[in-house]
Amino acid sequence: MAVNRRLFLRSSAAVTTAGAAAHLNANDKPTTTPIPRGGVWDLHCHFSGVSGTIQQRTEQILEHADRMGISRLVFFMGWPWSQHPLPHDFQHQNDQVLEVLEKHRDRLLGFAYLNGHYPQESLAEIDRCITNGPMVGIKLWVARRCDERDLDPILKRCGQLKAAVYQHTWIKTDGNLEGESTPMDLARLATRHPNVPIICGHAGGNWELGIRAVRGYPNVSIGIGGSDPTSGFIEMAVRELGAERILYGSDAGGRSFASQLAKVYGAEIPHQAKQLILGENLQRLLAPILKSKREHQS
Amino acid sequence: MIIDVNVNLSRWPFRRLPHDDLPQFVAQLRNCGVTQAWTGSFDALLHQDVAAVNARLDETCRQQGDGRLLPVGTVNPTLPDWQEDIRRCDEVHRMHAIRVYPNYHNYRLDSVPCDELFRAASERRMIVQLTLKMEDTRTQHPLMPIANVDPAPLLHLIKRHPDLRLIVLNNSGIMNTSMSGELASRGHVYFDISHAEKIGALSKLLQDIPLNRLLFGSHFPFFVLDATLLKFRESPIGGLATRTIQIDNAQRLLDELGR
Repeated sequence: MAVNRRLFLRSSAAVTTAGAAAHLNANDKPTTTPIPRGGVWDLHCHFSGVSGTIQQRTEQILEHADRMGISRLVFFMGWPWSQHPLPHDFQHQNDQVLEVLEKHRDRLLGFAYLNGHYPQESLAEIDRCITNGPMVGIKLWVARRCDERDLDPILKRCGQLKAAVYQHTWIKTDGNLEGESTPMDLARLATRHPNVPIICGHAGGNWELGIRAVRGYPNVSIGIGGSDPTSGFIEMAVRELGAERILYGSDAGGRSFASQLAKVYGAEIPHQAKQLILGENLQRLLAPILKSKREHQS
Repeated sequence: MIIDVNVNLSRWPFRRLPHDDLPQFVAQLRNCGVTQAWTGSFDALLHQDVAAVNARLDETCRQQGDGRLLPVGTVNPTLPDWQEDIRRCDEVHRMHAIRVYPNYHNYRLDSVPCDELFRAASERRMIVQLTLKMEDTRTQHPLMPIANVDPAPLLHLIKRHPDLRLIVLNNSGIMNTSMSGELASRGHVYFDISHAEKIGALSKLLQDIPLNRLLFGSHFPFFVLDATLLKFRESPIGGLATRTIQIDNAQRLLDELGR
């Protein structure tokens, strides 16, 4: 079920109370909240932060997404997580995502979780989940730094399929994990694959550095989810990258939709830029692979 | 109408923030329906002349605060004659609360200076706002890493000062919810919701912390103010609970202290 504007406004109004109503009225939120054409798309969701079976977890997350006016959600990785998954583990986690995609085809999209230490098995998983399955991208986490050349066949295959590549990145003051990529690692990867749509996950966490690191790579977008709602983040990203290279995502359920949407809603940027970030950019990025899947089905 | 118990004026030391100019700061509070903001100063983190910080804050709030800003002074109990700072906060500036930063001011909660400060605040019937962190330790400037405050001694501390009104700010899981609940049951301990995360964060918080101990605090302008507001849309806690968190609990605290 896509969340249309009317439903969104109704769900917003339903929460009003003395304080919330004052805010909503004072800030005119229900009528000025930017709704992208095609709705709000969330790049970055997991089965964490909720309980029960995978299906139950999904239902709970969708219930909250409905309340926040999010129409489509990208899921990757199963539950429980594994930082260094063996092939059978990432296959199992992808099976969990495939299971919920089957039930919620109109709401969910999926990226296949891979491990760069297993390039052949990863390529096989791309074939299984993307070429012959419904998924539209891949997720690489912290098993192996992304500038390693062993990852090149994976990127090349994603380029052929027009599949998105989501790479987790952080620049931690207290030190990254051994296999945890930085945006600088990602920039080196992007140099070798200039035609593959690459997403710099978390914008490096330390976004003041992460944005700079990927600024010169037009095929790299940033995912804004999974960090505190610090003021100035989106303003700097729009200034340095342009709104077209910024993708809303939450990292739910470990993060709340509220804190992550607020980064965009509360940013001092034009209304049209918010629409791009909240959905239109991701819709554009995934349009080629979604179109090819539709053609394949028909 | 909202009472926000956690905002700061002046400049964050490491970057300019949207709305950190006073007119924009006040305008954003007004636009978001915040009618009263308990306002500290970023200057208090690193300035050693904290008496000047507090005096400036008081003057700014009273003269340019649009009637919305309640100044919250800072006391650093490692400074010489800090007792004069808390006296001025109380008797000169008529502040209802002080904000403390044990990590930035380099003391532990189980230290003697901290114990003395909490006693002084309790005797003066002033609220203590304990800030557990200001930013994610992973994104701090590499030349200035500052650990989060260790909250473990709090149980002992509130036992020693049973009349103290304590508000814990910026708890991003530093203190787990079971400890928060225990603190709330044993003393006059309150928590702001600025760092409540996970999906349906407010509903989850209410499973462990009594409704009458949660306060609307945004950590604005370091955080986007909308982040706290939108939590009420995400969690269906109802109108009464929303009002209790956004207004009533803070107002009751002020009433109890005769402020």
